[in-house]
Amino acid sequence: MTRAQLLADDPLWLILIKAVVLLLLGAVATMAMIILERKIVARMQHRPGPNRVGPNGWFQSIADAIKLPFKEQIIPETADRKVYFLAPIMSTIPAFLAFSVIPFGPEVSIFGERTVLQLVDLPVGVLVVLACSSMGVYGIVLAGWSSGSPYPLLGGLRSAAQVISYEIAMGLSIVAVILYSGSLSTGDIVDAQSRGWYGVLLIPSFAIYFISMIGETNRAPFDLPEAESELVGGFHTEYSSMKFALFFLAEYVNMVIVSAFCTTLFLGGYMAPWPISLIGDNYFNTGWWPLLWFFGKTWLFLFVFIWLRGTLPRLRYDQFMRLGWKVLVPANLVWIMAVVTLRVLRQENDIPAGVFITIGAVVLALLVGLSLLLPDREVQPDNQVPVTGSGYPVPPLDLVVPNKEDLKPRVRRRREKAAVGAGADKESDQ
Amino acid sequence: MSAMLLAQAAVNTATQVTTGEAVAFWVLGPLALAGGLGMIFARNAVHSALFLVLTMLSLGVIYLVQQAPFLGFVQIIVYTGAIMMLFLFVLMLVGRDSSDSVVEVLRGQRLWAGVLGVGLAVLIVTAVARALTDVRSVGLAEPNANAGNVKSIGKSLFDEYVFPFELTSALLITAAVGAMVLGYVDRHQRGRKTQKELVEARFRGEHDRPSPLPGPGVFATSNSVATPALLPDGSVAEESLSRLIDATASEKLDQERKAVAGTLPGPDARALAPGKEDRS
Repeated sequence: MTRAQLLADDPLWLILIKAVVLLLLGAVATMAMIILERKIVARMQHRPGPNRVGPNGWFQSIADAIKLPFKEQIIPETADRKVYFLAPIMSTIPAFLAFSVIPFGPEVSIFGERTVLQLVDLPVGVLVVLACSSMGVYGIVLAGWSSGSPYPLLGGLRSAAQVISYEIAMGLSIVAVILYSGSLSTGDIVDAQSRGWYGVLLIPSFAIYFISMIGETNRAPFDLPEAESELVGGFHTEYSSMKFALFFLAEYVNMVIVSAFCTTLFLGGYMAPWPISLIGDNYFNTGWWPLLWFFGKTWLFLFVFIWLRGTLPRLRYDQFMRLGWKVLVPANLVWIMAVVTLRVLRQENDIPAGVFITIGAVVLALLVGLSLLLPDREVQPDNQVPVTGSGYPVPPLDLVVPNKEDLKPRVRRRREKAAVGAGADKESDQ
Repeated sequence: MSAMLLAQAAVNTATQVTTGEAVAFWVLGPLALAGGLGMIFARNAVHSALFLVLTMLSLGVIYLVQQAPFLGFVQIIVYTGAIMMLFLFVLMLVGRDSSDSVVEVLRGQRLWAGVLGVGLAVLIVTAVARALTDVRSVGLAEPNANAGNVKSIGKSLFDEYVFPFELTSALLITAAVGAMVLGYVDRHQRGRKTQKELVEARFRGEHDRPSPLPGPGVFATSNSVATPALLPDGSVAEESLSRLIDATASEKLDQERKAVAGTLPGPDARALAPGKEDRS
């Protein structure tokens, strides 16, 4: 039976169990992620991190999760109350919804019922994840607008612009995967990677997806919407109590989603990694084992999220937008064209793969060689004060101290020239 | 729109409708209709936009129910995710307090709107009437079964309709590029000023003042951005307050309360520019 048939066969109780498990998974993953993030970043910065609640402070997240809903909730007087209530809901629900199409494992037996570890396998599963992320933006934008104060508004606008821009790069990086797998269904994409992970075959797509997934989730170094030094807390500045907790939840669930989606698209989903896949005729790829590989790969990405946060400084907004629109999107388009051309050539002419690899290597070598031939950017010393090695300004070498007797036009001209050399403005010689 | 949906539902009832589909329709149809009505009657522009989002989402789910998953999700991604988001963006940049202007810019606007509205209503009614009597629903079972929904759409889009498809995309790109060129023409002509040119322009008096605005007051009692700085003679430096802050509704209300109570401060004898406080 195919995956879709197996899933369509599920009884109602099994679907309910799966849905509840997915809901819990998001919440538990969020709590685990928060404490891990605090611990790991603390270790990277040579400090102990949370160390009060439970053994070594590992229960801190649980304490926070209990505390947050019971805090007083403050609603600003200028807030648009209905939209203010709606915003956290609109950001949380799509985040959880996207879990439904992620394939966590192959065929297993739950209480004697054969099924697949996935809630639903739609023929357009990839689009579901994209649609959910595009709906999640509403939460951010509306939160920023409805708070009725400038910082959240700016944060919301920034965030929306960022998520929309990087969603384009993200969508384009998925195109190559879809071309290779020939399907939009997440389950089929995983199955199609049994001969090789797309993360290896389509490295550029993988890299672009990875960068855009960090931009999409508003994480460091792209966490401009909540740049503390500029915008206080960004779009959720005016939120407190449970509503703030919902935004927090949505952010972390989104991180888990993009990581799980990346695993599905590029790292072979639940399939066992290479040396392990050789053991016992791929024994570790059956039953419940794949769950381990899937979460292993997902947590690898989540660790990189934390690692980046502990390592990189925040980008400036224009640099960030330039990276998205002028680097990632064009590079992606060129890469898609290359992939399409290669596939058409291969399918029509039946050229062996070795030829392509050789041609690719030659083209790459040529590009690298040409880039070395490019001249360095010239530093133009226009209108600058000449300085010595010590950095102090010195008078220009052709400076002539005029004699009062022969103060003639010729000398004056020369003096003007010297003055221009010393950094005077252009108005003086007009 | 919703009228057409109703018609479609009626046609489907004539052939066959599963219980699930009927339930989905009777939930989503009223929701879509409510969204449409809400969009027209909401006073706030952002609320209108949100009602429209509701309508679009309901339509997307209706597509899903009617065996068109690709169309449904593309509807959600493109219309709800991209287009309405841009609308919201513009609305927010315009500002939350700005209300509709009652001055009619176009002459005879109401007349033309009425005529065109009636025309549209006639068109829709005839279409619905025709759909109810002549057209029989075919269903998507056949194209969906052959190669799957997505592949069938791709095939017809890039085989049969490739020319209109490309033409549409060319039109859209032209429109987008044109809008950008028109929007940025000013900046391109002037070019960006360098820091030096800006300094010169400031001292030549092309800007309001040569220096940046003063920061807010930092005192032992308060260091809030809402606290104005004091000038050397003790008067309030109004420029030290952000315009955004004293434009908030609560601030205005406060002013009005004071005005009613008659506790507004009179002209300050020590102020450098007399009567400056009265202006706000």
